[in-house]
Amino acid sequence: MEIVRAFDAIWAARWPILDGIANTLLISGLSILFGTALGVGVGLLLSYGGRIVRFFVRVYSDFLRGTPVFVLILACFYILSVIGLQLTAFQAGIFALMLFCSSHVGEIVRGALQAIPPGQTEAAKSIGLTFRTTFFSVLLPQALRQILPTWVNTATEIVKASTLLSIIGVVELLLSVQQVISRTYLSLELYFFAGFVFFLINFVIEKAGRIVERKIAIPT
Amino acid sequence: MSSPVLEIVDLHKRFGALEVLKGINLTMHQGDVVSLIGSSGSGKTTLLRCVNLLEEYEDGVVAVAGEQIGYTKKNGKRVRLSEREIARQRAMTGMAFQHFNLFPHMTAMHNVMLGLIKTRRMKKDEAHSVAEKWLERVGMLARRDHYPGQLSGGQQQRVAIARAIAMNPQLMLFDEVTSALDPELVNEVLSVVRDLAKDGMTMLLVTHEMQFAHDVSSKVIFMDDGRIGEEGPPDQLFRQPKSERLAAFLKSSKFS
Ligand SMILES: Nc1ncnc2c1ncn2[C@@H]1O[C@H](COP(=O)(O)OP(=O)(O)O)[C@@H](O)[C@H]1O
Ligand SMILES: [Mg+2]
Repeated sequence: MEIVRAFDAIWAARWPILDGIANTLLISGLSILFGTALGVGVGLLLSYGGRIVRFFVRVYSDFLRGTPVFVLILACFYILSVIGLQLTAFQAGIFALMLFCSSHVGEIVRGALQAIPPGQTEAAKSIGLTFRTTFFSVLLPQALRQILPTWVNTATEIVKASTLLSIIGVVELLLSVQQVISRTYLSLELYFFAGFVFFLINFVIEKAGRIVERKIAIPT
Repeated sequence: MSSPVLEIVDLHKRFGALEVLKGINLTMHQGDVVSLIGSSGSGKTTLLRCVNLLEEYEDGVVAVAGEQIGYTKKNGKRVRLSEREIARQRAMTGMAFQHFNLFPHMTAMHNVMLGLIKTRRMKKDEAHSVAEKWLERVGMLARRDHYPGQLSGGQQQRVAIARAIAMNPQLMLFDEVTSALDPELVNEVLSVVRDLAKDGMTMLLVTHEMQFAHDVSSKVIFMDDGRIGEEGPPDQLFRQPKSERLAAFLKSSKFS
């Protein structure tokens, strides 16, 4: 039976495959973490920066969002080394995904802040709140609720995009499975397995997102 | 005599090329209740918003309790105050908005407490008891743990008024606080405003409720195209309008 052989093959290669899964989780996790932090900065500059700052950040964001992640990864790996910044494939990959993530999170944050009615800021001003307090007590809590579903979506996109790091030789889940395939020729079963694991990771992320969403929903 | 609560001298305000306020003068003392009436677009909201600097103004002076709002003179030049100063000045007045503008992610109680804690620097306990007192006054104590989305428009507006007035402002600004409400909810809000007037609160209000303006005001101002068209005690303004414009306006708003 091919299925049984496939399980045998996965079991035999469990350690390299688990390594691959760990790498996928680490790459995605770090990219999302740094990308989100950077993206919040991008969103704030797009919302509150001066004209010139806004212009440059807009170019940054549009450029990154308009470039295929695939190209970004190659660029970070090959071009950065040309200008003397020697990153390992692993680092370059995370860097590229982080940039990609930051541009999307930046747009999400800007959109969420912009969607808050001006009356909220005016009410805050009318009771003497400073901009800082208005931001943290009034705007941010509302924006966060708005951001969460789209942010979760971006996170799952990053997980999927992390497979592209196999191109520059990072042994994440997909590449580790491909290595097993090259020995066993069980491509259908093993690709199916890899797909299932990706589905599982993203399923957990989305489920967790939905739980948090429900927890922080404003009662109506 | 102490300085007026509000003094507006020759106030001008433009939006680009459009001059919206064309020289407004108004003095209010402790306990005065002044109503602004007039057709839509005559500048009533803008006038109110200049008083707490939600709008910048180009010319003239707006002073609350003897202190010019928003600007100062430095070497003969008019300069804007720092954001911190302006925030402090804004807390000298309270404002209730047409669309309430409650913070949707906070309960009624927390809506009222926020300014007390952040601006008035009260301890939580103290802010809580002050908020309780004012929610009680507007009849919303039973719903203190409700979120704005769980309240009717009239209830939201009463919480919003409590939020403003709990800050203990020297002057309250009301901008058409009933015009977004269903007719059956108008009275619960008007009666709250009436009670505040009875208690001697100094108030500047914009309203389309002519009977209410008549009953509650010490003075009524008819705004006409960015100017004060006519002003005086309510009886005089409503019963013996001097200008054609005011007479026509009153007729269209069916004051009887
Ligand atoms: N932010 C703004 N930008 C440009 N024009 C404005 C703005 N706010 C108000 N106006 C204009 O100023 C005039 C007065 O408006 P407003 O003070 O709202 O009148 P009212 O409250 O009496 O209806 C109107 O012609 C309005 O279109
Ligand atoms: Mg108006």
